[in-house]
Amino acid sequence: MATQQTQKLARILIAPSIILLLLWMIVPLAMTAWFSALNYNLLNSVTSFAGLGNYRYFLSNPAFLSSLLNTLVLVGSVLAISAFFGVLIALLLDQVIVGRRVVRLMLIAPFFVMPTVSALIWKNLLMNPVSGLLAWLWRLFGLTPVDWFTQVPMLSIILIVAWQWLPFAVLILLTALQSLDQEQQEAALMDGAGAFDRFFHLTLPHLARPLSIVILIETIFLLTVFAEIYVTTGGGPGVETTNLAYLIYSQALLQYDVGAASAGGLIAVVLANIAAIFLMRIVGKNLET
Amino acid sequence: MARRTPVPRIVLTSVVAWTVGLVIFFPILWMLLTSFKTELAAFSASPSFLFFHWTTENYVAVWTRSNYLEYAWNSVVISLGSTLVALAIAVPAAWSMAFSPTRRTRGILMWMLSTKMLPPVGVLVPIYLLYRDAGLLDTQLGLVIVLCLSNLPIMVWLLFNYFKDIPRDILEAARMDGATIGKEIVYILAPMAVPGIASALLLNVILAWNEAFWSLNLTSSHAAPLTAFIASYASPEGLFWAKLSAASTMAIAPILVLGWFCQKQLVRGLTFGAVK
Amino acid sequence: MGRITLEGVTKSFDDTKVIHGADLEIEDGKFVVFVGPSGCGKTTLLRLIAGLEDVSGGRILIDGKDVTRLAPAKRGLSMVFQSYALYPHMSVRRNIAFGLKMARMPKSEIERRVAHAAGILNLTDYLDRRPGQLSGGQRQRVAIGRAIVREPKGFLFDEPLSNLDAALRVQMRLEVTRLQKQLKTTAVYVTHDQVEAMTMADEIVVLQAGRIEQVGTPLELYERPANVFVAGFIGSPRMNLFEGPVAKRNGATTLGVRPEHLRVQPGDAVVADGCEAWGGTVIQAEHLGSDTFVYVDVPGIGTLDARCTGELRVQVGDTVTLLPDMHQLHRFDAQQLAMA
Ligand SMILES: Nc1ncnc2c1ncn2[C@@H]1O[C@H](COP(=O)(O)OP(=O)(O)OP(=O)(O)O)[C@@H](O)[C@H]1O
Ligand SMILES: [Mg+2]
Repeated sequence: MATQQTQKLARILIAPSIILLLLWMIVPLAMTAWFSALNYNLLNSVTSFAGLGNYRYFLSNPAFLSSLLNTLVLVGSVLAISAFFGVLIALLLDQVIVGRRVVRLMLIAPFFVMPTVSALIWKNLLMNPVSGLLAWLWRLFGLTPVDWFTQVPMLSIILIVAWQWLPFAVLILLTALQSLDQEQQEAALMDGAGAFDRFFHLTLPHLARPLSIVILIETIFLLTVFAEIYVTTGGGPGVETTNLAYLIYSQALLQYDVGAASAGGLIAVVLANIAAIFLMRIVGKNLET
Repeated sequence: MARRTPVPRIVLTSVVAWTVGLVIFFPILWMLLTSFKTELAAFSASPSFLFFHWTTENYVAVWTRSNYLEYAWNSVVISLGSTLVALAIAVPAAWSMAFSPTRRTRGILMWMLSTKMLPPVGVLVPIYLLYRDAGLLDTQLGLVIVLCLSNLPIMVWLLFNYFKDIPRDILEAARMDGATIGKEIVYILAPMAVPGIASALLLNVILAWNEAFWSLNLTSSHAAPLTAFIASYASPEGLFWAKLSAASTMAIAPILVLGWFCQKQLVRGLTFGAVK
Repeated sequence: MGRITLEGVTKSFDDTKVIHGADLEIEDGKFVVFVGPSGCGKTTLLRLIAGLEDVSGGRILIDGKDVTRLAPAKRGLSMVFQSYALYPHMSVRRNIAFGLKMARMPKSEIERRVAHAAGILNLTDYLDRRPGQLSGGQRQRVAIGRAIVREPKGFLFDEPLSNLDAALRVQMRLEVTRLQKQLKTTAVYVTHDQVEAMTMADEIVVLQAGRIEQVGTPLELYERPANVFVAGFIGSPRMNLFEGPVAKRNGATTLGVRPEHLRVQPGDAVVADGCEAWGGTVIQAEHLGSDTFVYVDVPGIGTLDARCTGELRVQVGDTVTLLPDMHQLHRFDAQQLAMA
């Protein structure tokens, strides 16, 4: 495979992907960078040069720090939930179960539901403080129904997003579990290893790679969660559920301040890159083969 | 295990598994039930699970009020189109990374994935303006392009992971047999990588089908897919739950059924050599 | 025709040099075997000839034509891989026909050739199976079939039999040799099994650490190894090689004698003039019936292996005398090279 001819060809074949992605990244980014240096408001026909003013404005906005924190909380909690319960449920499904195929179908279904729909269902049919099913359930046990999006807005968002991504983790982890070497397990059994030993010394290491994949893919999507917030809380109350993506959105499309939104966009890009580097460091070595 | 699992244990694990499965599936089930209720029953504070007046009036209403088929058609065209274009670009790239790696291959792959982590809102305005000037707003082509580009990194990554487990010898044998790179990919690599390609395809179709951000911001009527169709039922007052449920059911049904039927294929390529 | 010439071929991977200037002339129709220890560069050299790797320096010629920069398929060679490298998704028929199809050969001709190859290789009944449904030996034959249908100028084999069990290996060894003689096509065959090398080759190329140590017929290598490495590598059981006063006495730095050239005499022996006789103690004896292997500890030399045809009644602890065949002593100088 290593002739110069094939190497040259290989470079030609990878070129379209690289060029397209570069364009896709650089052109809008360059424009964003340009806008970020302008006083550019869609409601105001006069644009002028702003220098670093937009950055100062965006960074000094108290909503910025809290949105950063919200992003981290959201990503972290959903990852934790889907990793922990993902392993648990996958282990459960790996047992002998009557009607396993049906259970499997039910478990993975949320992954196929579009975020707007899942947000709408949760918001209206389940979490509505008066007619929602959860409210009814609470009353059934003599409790006062929770007004989810007012009292625990962030938790509600986390629940909805985790519901969508947990099935993905289960799907991948379960497949990995089913490939676990049966003989190895039996050898460990012969060696007198208990269920816990087997789990920690055989099963968990075997799941390291699929877990890394789950974390990598989910992080990519969780960093940019938008529809769930847009549909349910609109970032509120206050800025309690505003993540970075939503903050920029509200800056640009709700306040028509393209300059500040662009500055925010660039900041988000820098932060995303930092996150990416961290993630690759942590997860990357598990993906090596 | 070769040993038989004791019956009480089967019963226990089955009960637990079914409970977990039902709890997780419940929101979808509840949506389905609600879609067959009257608006009044749907909004009732004391819900009924089976013994209500079943009606299909919501479906009829949704069907007559909005042009479901047009939205669905847009969804199909956009998700399939963006996936196929991405596949055509990604397969050669993944071949190149898997079979002719350089010192930079890993870095390039990570860079590609990192482009996926950028919040699309960050670049929405420039894209919007570019699209407006190019006449791509509210066109299927416009959405095909953004979704293709935004899912390309994942596609390349999935394919790369699958390809690199394919023995080089076989491709070299084809080369000795006189196959050009194109023929090598079409006749040898692609058929051998069917599981990997299928799962990359499916995952992309699902992601594109469910994509909301670009669809909502770059389309209005002509090219609007099902995500936009749903958004039109999300009235702020949220009064029409039964109709919302019916519309939601209609929006997710195609992809849910596809996902259910293809879950094996979806997973097979996603496990990255963890399963052999 | 298929004369393959290597002129000063070198190969480096990044900064490590793997082939250090190979010069070799492979005559048309010859069966040439590359042997050498693991990692010595056999596969690399074969892949250089195939065109699957670029040379770092030197030239490769086929029938006098420089093919150094030519793509693999254009060199007119076909290769049988150690892993067989069959196309798993194609039937045996399509596997064999693939190269012909790539060459845009007419359908009828493809069919004729595939049928012919299948006939030679006993594959006619398996043509519609997939490789996954075949046994190891059958897969091997498909790989060979794929190589022969193209009627190449030369075959390249990379340890094709190493994945087979012992019995099948012997059988395939015979088949491959017979086939090559019948087709009269040049063959380059890589192995690290020296029995394969000795039995199949017209000519053996011994490689070590990326250098060609010696080229010659099996008998030449056996009778006149050019240096200590070849002496030790060719022949089974291994040649006894030792240094010290006895070697000095015979005018060499290192002296070698093959086990089969040592006669074992119980007790002491009368020594003829100009002959060597080494007394020692038996430390192990293996009785195979047809042969007896005796390991003797000789003071001042070390442990020597001797191989006697037939049954020899010796036991551990016996004192014996070893009488080497004086015409079969191998003398090597301080540079480890054979002395004239
Ligand atoms: N692609 C490569 N990159 C770097 N080094 C390589 C590469 N291929 C082979 N080598 C090195 O070149 C040397 C020769 O390898 P080669 O595969 O030719 O040995 P070989 O004689 O075929 O061994 P074996 O009998 O084990 O098959 C080895 O030291 C190996 O590590
Ligand atoms: Mg080798």
